[in-house]
Amino acid sequence: MQIFHNTHYDFIKWRWHAMALSAAIIVAGIVMIAQRGLPLGIDFSGGTIVVYHFENKTVTEDAVRKAIESVPGEKVVQQYGKPEDHSYSIRLPQVQGREEGFSLEEDARKLEAAVKAANLGAFNQISRDVVGPAIGKDLQQKGLWATLFSILGITAYIALRFRLTFAIGAITATFHDILVTLAFLVFFHYDLSLNVIAALLTITGYSVNDTIVIFDRVRENQHTMRREELEKVVNESVNQTLGRTLITAGTTFLSVLALYLFGGEVLEGFAFTMLVGIISGTYSTIFIAAAIAIMMSRGGTGSAAAPAAASPSATSAGASSRAGSRRGAARKASVR
Amino acid sequence: MKNLHWKLLTILAVLAIAAWAIWPPYDTPTRRGKVSLGLDLKGGVQLVLRVKTDEALTYTSEDAAERLRLALREKNFAGPTITVPGPTRIVVAGVPPATDSAFRALADDQSALATQYQRSGSAGGYTFEMRPATAQTLRTQAVEQALETVERRVNALGVAEPVVAPYGASGDQILVQLPGVSDPEQVKRLIGTTALLELKIVESGPSPSQEALLQQYNGQVPPEMEVVSGADRQNPGSQSFYLVKHIAPITGRDLSTARASMDENNLPAVSFTMNRAGAVKFGKLTSDNIGKPMAVILDRRVETVATIQGRITDNGQIFGSFTSQEVADMATLLRSGALPAGLTYLEERTVGPTLGADSIRAGVIASLGGLALVAVFMLVYYKLAGINAIVSVVLNLVILLAFMAGAGAVMTLPGVAGFILTIGMGVDSNVLIFERIKEELLSGKGPRAAVQAGFDRVFWTIVDTHIASLVAAAFLFQFGTGPIRGFATTLVFGLLSNVFTAVFVSRTLFEFILSRREQPQTMSI
Repeated sequence: MQIFHNTHYDFIKWRWHAMALSAAIIVAGIVMIAQRGLPLGIDFSGGTIVVYHFENKTVTEDAVRKAIESVPGEKVVQQYGKPEDHSYSIRLPQVQGREEGFSLEEDARKLEAAVKAANLGAFNQISRDVVGPAIGKDLQQKGLWATLFSILGITAYIALRFRLTFAIGAITATFHDILVTLAFLVFFHYDLSLNVIAALLTITGYSVNDTIVIFDRVRENQHTMRREELEKVVNESVNQTLGRTLITAGTTFLSVLALYLFGGEVLEGFAFTMLVGIISGTYSTIFIAAAIAIMMSRGGTGSAAAPAAASPSATSAGASSRAGSRRGAARKASVR
Repeated sequence: MKNLHWKLLTILAVLAIAAWAIWPPYDTPTRRGKVSLGLDLKGGVQLVLRVKTDEALTYTSEDAAERLRLALREKNFAGPTITVPGPTRIVVAGVPPATDSAFRALADDQSALATQYQRSGSAGGYTFEMRPATAQTLRTQAVEQALETVERRVNALGVAEPVVAPYGASGDQILVQLPGVSDPEQVKRLIGTTALLELKIVESGPSPSQEALLQQYNGQVPPEMEVVSGADRQNPGSQSFYLVKHIAPITGRDLSTARASMDENNLPAVSFTMNRAGAVKFGKLTSDNIGKPMAVILDRRVETVATIQGRITDNGQIFGSFTSQEVADMATLLRSGALPAGLTYLEERTVGPTLGADSIRAGVIASLGGLALVAVFMLVYYKLAGINAIVSVVLNLVILLAFMAGAGAVMTLPGVAGFILTIGMGVDSNVLIFERIKEELLSGKGPRAAVQAGFDRVFWTIVDTHIASLVAAAFLFQFGTGPIRGFATTLVFGLLSNVFTAVFVSRTLFEFILSRREQPQTMSI
């Protein structure tokens, strides 16, 4: 069984459209971040989150909101988990000027007292996170450095194994994926938590993974398609690995989808980030990484209109001679 | 053929070692695997504390200043005022010109001051700045001591498998994890109390107010003295003030143990026993001061004042109006020793036991669900070769689990996510190989040649992709704290074992199947 048999889609032709789409998403994300600020979770901004489970099934989000009205600060009440869990999370930002220390849990205590006073029936605390400002600042820095260094490390590796222009293509694609994912996190109101940052870092690895597979094939094909333009070689390589790219993306997507659907509330942000990242990573590998590598190699002058498909005979010759690129034993096969 | 047998044996050996690591035969029946669960799955409290190392420096500077004052008084120096404006600074002002050189000589004679501080300034006024190396040593010592003290206190709580460890890069933070604890309040009180015990002779008092106490001294605190206060036992709700010497003759360090007991009125009290050095000092203090009141001061609050009836060497009691819980806590604190500096809480996370259990269930369902979906797809798309992929992915998970058990890694919720991603990566490598084999078959190769060419071609691609992912995972580990580190660990181990299973195991399986058929013309992929 094979979904993609000997395809010859001209992906490179679509690069300008793709870049325009990406730019639109990224710009929209940046505009939203500029308006609302980066949606930092309490891991990074500091603050308090408590989750209460109510025995009384008639307790609503609004009732909880009303109960804690008296507690100062900008409170955010959200349903936690599924509606039938009757659980709500309450978030309070770090009060400016208050120092770390015993007063840290003061907000949590006030919330508990307020909910108790509101007579909403029995409730118990499922979880409680209090993060002081010092920790948040520390993590912000660490997260930023970790992301930058891992991207730098990957760039260096690709530059070493391939060429600098390929590395730049891969890294552009990675930045693209991070920005697109961030944009979607903002669109769908997800906060940046530690888990989400972990997912973002995983995506850098994943996105590069995809890119390397295609670049590997480009390098291999360059030996056998010496006369062809780089654009054509890249296009062929993307087509040859298309089956693998989509199957891998599909299966990884499936397993992360399982995580998103069944993994519970705690991992939802992580799974969502991964879902977006996988799609973006696959898309950017095909449309961004390769296109940038071509443009860099040629100094940015590529004609967008390329012949739509190569003739079948040319392809089979390509396939057999491709097989002969590395081993003497296999070269006999191409002669045959 | 012989080669193939060795390969199969290697795989079986790895499998056996993995099984042995996951279910070690020497384990107790209550603990099956060696992979321990993180707090987010088990439920419990996690605290991040910061040691206020500045306080330790301030204590040292104040101590040095006090000794200098004492030395000046002994030599009848008049004039200089000594202040401690910052943790690392002692400022001396108003040294009369006539005694200036004598003062310098005296200051240089003070061992602590001369070795730990750098003197600057000129005639009349001097600044002693703590040497950076000394400050660094003191800070490190304070954190180490705090770590030990906190550990002793946590152990006294009787929580199973607690974690007390240095944390973060700043060097002054401590991580405390207490599985199964759901109320952090009592724990935080117990951990965060300084518990500095001092025994001092009361020079004057009790008085109802500081003004009344200092009336006979013209409203000034006499040199070398300080005012301390405590609850008035006769009038509940009001305070009593006492004048005591600044330097304590006996401190908590002179104690060997403390326990909850009863006082003579059968009320909860804390009994303590001196160690040998403490007993000598205590004996001298009590025999020199028979008939005088002695104050037991805990964290600068007077808890007990008792008149010394005779010479006591090794035993003492702290009594007052305590509840039995307070007495038990106090005994624990005294036993574990004082903190060298105060602690503040930077972070507190509580995971209820139900949430932890829910998370495990969700994680397991998600993992199995993901695996099942992928398995079905592989079987449909790659037919018999799909089995091959499933075997290598499952083996990958087993080896990953064994790695984690062997390294004593902790399984966290993000770690579960790492497992799921490992499934994805394992499948990726297999797909990469299978697609290549298909291509080779299409180009007219026989199954054996196609398998060989497929694996050979893809090998470097797999190495490249895995190294790139390892780079990302390594930085994630570096950045990671707690759960994230669990994720990075899983990812790294998963990547490593995946190279083995996807390249070596899968290939061996193909070769094994093909070797059982003579001159295969087709293969199911």
